[in-house]
Amino acid sequence: MRRLLPHPLLSLTLAFLWLLLVNQLSAGHLVLGALLGWLIPFATSRFWPEQIRIRHPFTLLRYLVVFVIDIVRGSFHVARLILLGPARLRPMFVTVPLALKTDLAISLLANTISLTPGTVSARLSADKQTLIVHTLDTDDADALVAEIKQRYEAPLKRIFEEGHE
Amino acid sequence: MMLNIVIPIAYTLVSLAFLLSFWRLLKGPDAPDRILALDTLYVNTIALLVLLGIHLGSAIYFEAALLIAMMGFVGTVALCKYLLHGDIIE
Amino acid sequence: MLDILLSILILTGAIFTFIGSLGLARLRDFYTRLHGPTKATTLGVGCLLIASAVFFSVRDEGVSLHEVLVTLFLFITAPVSAHLLAKAALHLKLKSLAPTPLPDSDTPSNSSD
Repeated sequence: MRRLLPHPLLSLTLAFLWLLLVNQLSAGHLVLGALLGWLIPFATSRFWPEQIRIRHPFTLLRYLVVFVIDIVRGSFHVARLILLGPARLRPMFVTVPLALKTDLAISLLANTISLTPGTVSARLSADKQTLIVHTLDTDDADALVAEIKQRYEAPLKRIFEEGHE
Repeated sequence: MMLNIVIPIAYTLVSLAFLLSFWRLLKGPDAPDRILALDTLYVNTIALLVLLGIHLGSAIYFEAALLIAMMGFVGTVALCKYLLHGDIIE
Repeated sequence: MLDILLSILILTGAIFTFIGSLGLARLRDFYTRLHGPTKATTLGVGCLLIASAVFFSVRDEGVSLHEVLVTLFLFITAPVSAHLLAKAALHLKLKSLAPTPLPDSDTPSNSSD
């Protein structure tokens, strides 16, 4: 089974993307999409060394809802700050110590931080222990770090890393 | 049709966004500023193409928008890599 | 009804796209300028693409979802670009309104010329 279908999630995603790309749902494209979803993981297997396992699908679902809401909140937040003008901004670099270990979870966290209110991830340290984040308007770095850890890092850890190693 | 009023307003706003990004591209002052401006210009172009598609009722502009999105991202990553390492392919 | 929904989506999208570029032109250092295009512009174009999906789904009486592809692509790539740009800016030691963190051993020093 493993050898026949090395990355089931990737295959499913690829088939779905193919249907979106051709923008129609016919039997022929379903077959072609399934075929591509089956073949492409073999051709690119060198890029996917580790198996992705999602441990808590409902946590993932809740995380996605929070994520979408925070994208909208983040855009309104940054729009308000831009309209109010540069004079009252309080930018700051904040260092977030990471509890996450896997590359996938860390990159998801960094991307989430960049899309959510007031923060853009700027640099991951070489040992993957800390993430430097630039914030647009804050005076309380500790509260910001605590919010990032509780709101985004904890669910990601639960979804991708519970029982890891 | 409310769209007949809204679409020209949207064209104006996106065109102004285009000009602002272009101004930042010319002014700089540093390379990352210019790359960021270029990246924003790609996204503004996508916005303009999508508006044009709705305005003219034609779906063919979508393909161009998709290509610009992909090429824009690859271009931005390549330029950043160049700034970071002085080389694109490691 | 549909007209109103489309109008709201298009206007919101255009306004956010404009504000993103306004931030790019208006703010004072690179790191703060990075925020506008990453969040506001991305959501703006996302709104426009959703408007386009609704428009073509209704007009052609079939679901048109390929706009979702571009929306997803933009929402995945925008933070990656922003992260790389910020990393490059830190590497080049651009001037910043906030005190910049210490250089990391991760950033190579052989290309500083």
